Amino acid sequence: MTAQAESGTDPAFYEQTWDLSYRHALGETTSRFLAGLAKGEIWGRRDPASGRVLVPPRSYSDRDHTPTTDWVKVANEGVIEMFTVVYEPFRNLPDPPYALAYVTLDGADTALVGYVKGLDLSDREEAVRRLAIGERVVVAFADEPTGTAADYWFEPAGD
Amino acid sequence: MSKIPAVGVLGSGQTKFVTTRTDVTFPELVREGSDLALADAGIPIDEVDAFVFPLAPDALIGVGNGERWCVEAVGASGKPFMRVNNGGATGMSAVITAWTHIASGMFDVVLVAGADRVSESGSAQSVLNKMWDVGYERPVPLNTITMLAMSAARYMHLYDSDERDMALVSVKNRAHAALNPYAHLRKPVTVDEVLASRDLAWPIKLGDACPASTGAAGLVLVSERYAKAHGLRPAWIRGLGQNTETYWMGDRVGPKVVSDHADADALGEAFWHAYRQAGITDPRSQIDVAEVYAPFSSVELHVIEAAGLAEKGQAPKHLAEGEFALGAPGTIVNPSGGVLCTNAIAVTGAVRVAEAANQVLNRAGAHQVSDARVAVASAIGGDHQFYSTMVLSSDLEEIA
Repeated sequence: MTAQAESGTDPAFYEQTWDLSYRHALGETTSRFLAGLAKGEIWGRRDPASGRVLVPPRSYSDRDHTPTTDWVKVANEGVIEMFTVVYEPFRNLPDPPYALAYVTLDGADTALVGYVKGLDLSDREEAVRRLAIGERVVVAFADEPTGTAADYWFEPAGD
Repeated sequence: MSKIPAVGVLGSGQTKFVTTRTDVTFPELVREGSDLALADAGIPIDEVDAFVFPLAPDALIGVGNGERWCVEAVGASGKPFMRVNNGGATGMSAVITAWTHIASGMFDVVLVAGADRVSESGSAQSVLNKMWDVGYERPVPLNTITMLAMSAARYMHLYDSDERDMALVSVKNRAHAALNPYAHLRKPVTVDEVLASRDLAWPIKLGDACPASTGAAGLVLVSERYAKAHGLRPAWIRGLGQNTETYWMGDRVGPKVVSDHADADALGEAFWHAYRQAGITDPRSQIDVAEVYAPFSSVELHVIEAAGLAEKGQAPKHLAEGEFALGAPGTIVNPSGGVLCTNAIAVTGAVRVAEAANQVLNRAGAHQVSDARVAVASAIGGDHQFYSTMVLSSDLEEIA
């Protein structure tokens, strides 16, 4: 028998909320990518050792720790590499359903994550079929850019 | 003959894992892990030279640098103490840190003890969402479920696998957990029940997912010198591996991909690092038990493959044939029910090692694998990124 059960005391609780605000400096490379979004452009950085174009752009290679060299504009369409459709609500995250995918844009060698919009997600099987790996999508841009990565998303490329 | 300094797991302890505990504070829960480990090892706290404390993100328990809160709870006042945080791999990273403490010759007895109360935040996935890049990825609601749902989608695509294959993992592990008195989810399930459970993030359903667990665990590690001086018989750590995958999930796909997000190639390298140290050349015939970290059913498929227990894409075929389940010939995978049935994040990796040690000492109770001598344990942390592996055996003889 636990001490609590022996004492007959109701358990006490203390409630708290972590209410913290941050203003993260995003640096030159990320800032330039975000500025491109306002012009309807997606930019990557070339990794000189492998020749890969990294999207989203990084200032150094993920593989050999060397600096990336030049900016490369990639296409505003590409192919779904992986995806999920979320049906479960998570506190402080958006209301479901929503679809997320990593997409390799034409001209890029790595994939960019984003929402996939413009799909009816209420029919799970149909949504999964339209989001299948290998399906093509186009990038859509916000009419009123916020200067964040929320300024783009993906939509099915159509027939 | 051991190729690495001989360090043993002398004893371990676990509480019964549950959703919530209201009868103890967090440090009091930690103390249970410490006391259970010491009692099982049969040594008093005065014998402990140093302490390693596993604790994953502070926000899960809602106390900043929560290790400070728990110094007395583990019994570390006046002695060396170190916190380890490696995400989901935290518990095993803590054991590896304890191993390093002893292998260095600095200490003879090290206690690893900790706890977690994952449900207390009420929003574990909101906490875990905060691990992604603030410039590029945070505006998208990634979390550990969506991260691994996308891995599962790729696995299904590459290997012509389906949700039923994932369900086979859940069915096996829940049946195992029913035999484990410490496990959190102990009710057996059927394939149909898993397939009918509600969608979280396709293809992961509730029946494919670990619970948010509350509980404590601890282990006592000792040097060979100490074990011999006191005539003790620990489980011996025969090999260790660690490896790290890129932070960027989008770099694990694409036309020039090196290591696909469908697989766990970097974990495979960590397994083979430990195997080489232990002298394991054919894991399927030489390993009796695997206690591997897989918080979702889909993850266990590629971890089984990374461990060399199946070829890539072939884990479902073996599972469908009844392999890896208690009573089957060959390696038994997650006889405790694994992370899928119990996930108190900070100590989950430590529990893998504790279970592996119990198995090779033939002290695992109802979920004991018959005549187990060699076990492997593994853990994964970060965004499927930090990998740890460990081989244990009941003796220091060559593993044939």
